[in-house]
Amino acid sequence: MNLNRVSAVVLRQFYLIRGSFSRVVPLFAWVAIDIVLWGFITKYLNTVTVSGLNFVPILLGAVLLWDFFIRVMQGVTMAFFEDVWSRNFLNFFATPLSISEYLGGLVLSSIITSSIGLVVMLVLATLVFGLSFFIYGIAIFPFLLVLFLFGIALGIFASAMVLRLGPSAEWFVWPVPALLSPFAGVFYPLSTLPEWMQYISRLLPPAYVFEGMRSIISGGSASGSVLLMSAGLAALYILLAGLFFARTFRHAVRTGLIARYSAESVA
Amino acid sequence: MEKTKAYRTMKVLSVSGLCKRYGDTLAVDDISFEVGANEIVGLLGPNGAGKTTTINMILGVLEPSCGTILIEGSDIRSRRSQALARTNFAAVYAPLPGNLTVYQNLRVFGLIYAVKNLSSRIEELLAQFDLTTFRNVKCGVLSSGEQTRASLAKAMLNRPDLLLLDEPTASLDPATAREIRRKIRMFASESTGGVLWTSHNMYEVEEVCDRVLFLSHGKILLEGDPKSLPAKHGKENLEELFITVAREPLTLGNRRLP
Repeated sequence: MNLNRVSAVVLRQFYLIRGSFSRVVPLFAWVAIDIVLWGFITKYLNTVTVSGLNFVPILLGAVLLWDFFIRVMQGVTMAFFEDVWSRNFLNFFATPLSISEYLGGLVLSSIITSSIGLVVMLVLATLVFGLSFFIYGIAIFPFLLVLFLFGIALGIFASAMVLRLGPSAEWFVWPVPALLSPFAGVFYPLSTLPEWMQYISRLLPPAYVFEGMRSIISGGSASGSVLLMSAGLAALYILLAGLFFARTFRHAVRTGLIARYSAESVA
Repeated sequence: MEKTKAYRTMKVLSVSGLCKRYGDTLAVDDISFEVGANEIVGLLGPNGAGKTTTINMILGVLEPSCGTILIEGSDIRSRRSQALARTNFAAVYAPLPGNLTVYQNLRVFGLIYAVKNLSSRIEELLAQFDLTTFRNVKCGVLSSGEQTRASLAKAMLNRPDLLLLDEPTASLDPATAREIRRKIRMFASESTGGVLWTSHNMYEVEEVCDRVLFLSHGKILLEGDPKSLPAKHGKENLEELFITVAREPLTLGNRRLP
């Protein structure tokens, strides 16, 4: 992998974001709104429930972690969409740039953009709503790692889907996190779900993160081996998503779709 | 002159038995040709003849159904990055991304091609293609002629061994087109690069190309010197020959000349 070429993909994203108000604002605006909204909801719930349960680390913490996952995924897909929107595939892929270098550039771009969102969320949740990440202990690091890895995997998979189906398939990408959230048990224990849904949940690395988070808050601990397994599962998904992207790219090169991408199909 | 002839024995591009099939349609049908160093080869033919399909296969963005493409001896299929590192292109249908400035686009592509002393190379090309005043202008707001010049500057970034130009002067005014032709001729004579050029402007082809290949229905029908080829086929000029190839290819048959 040539790091110069990876950095070229990142530099392109940097130039695009730096010069554009409409690209800078979404990096933090939506996650900030989410934190504010859920911050007040948790404050309200704390005043009306008699259980004495503190909803801040349960709900607000869950929202923060879930939004981080979404930002990571969208960090990859947004960077990919920039090439879709500016019809840049022919320019990019007629160069020595390899698929792994291109994806590496998208992932690096996502690390930078999602980190901005994470910092904004942390500052707001901590300073305004009193969420302390110390409550999760060092488990917060594997939590973030698992969500990051799965966000990358899903971002690559979603990009491959758009590459295969054409620019209009972009619409499918936006609701993906919402489709997964019921199965991931972001706001409730997985035992709440019917059995068939729990089977699907077991395939989703974030489900283990949110189960671990609730376990810590209720006085227990997050299992290190379970978190390790979920990180391994997320890493496997990255590998599979990368293979799917590479296969989709080969199909696009075989059929001529890369050169005529705006046509959406070559049939 | 002797130096030029010597260079031409070195092949920067070797295409052998190349074909591309889409279902029942054969877009490119078993073509073979070479481009030598210092040589400008014109790839001519009517719309739909297979010129852009051929160029896309050479650029590695379209997989051939059969045949091989070697760029500087590297097979585009098995050593893609190596082959494309020494190649570049400009095409009317592939403008640089409009949401970056000329300088930013050149910087990004310069990194991809691992251009040494990139900053000074960019300045050199901005001056060479009369783009200095547009360096901080987004490519999307440039006129089509200025966009073409920006694409050509990108195409020259890595001083390619193989330069592919798909109708590079299509949107340029005659004075700018003449200047661009001069620069490309200079590129071919002063570097060790070869050029594969498509154009529908036969005057331009005759002026620029050392050799032409006439493509029709995916096959190479004729090949030869653009200055002498029309007379060999009883035509007054290259344009007449082009029209014959486009309308009555069967009257010419498959007659590739040395």
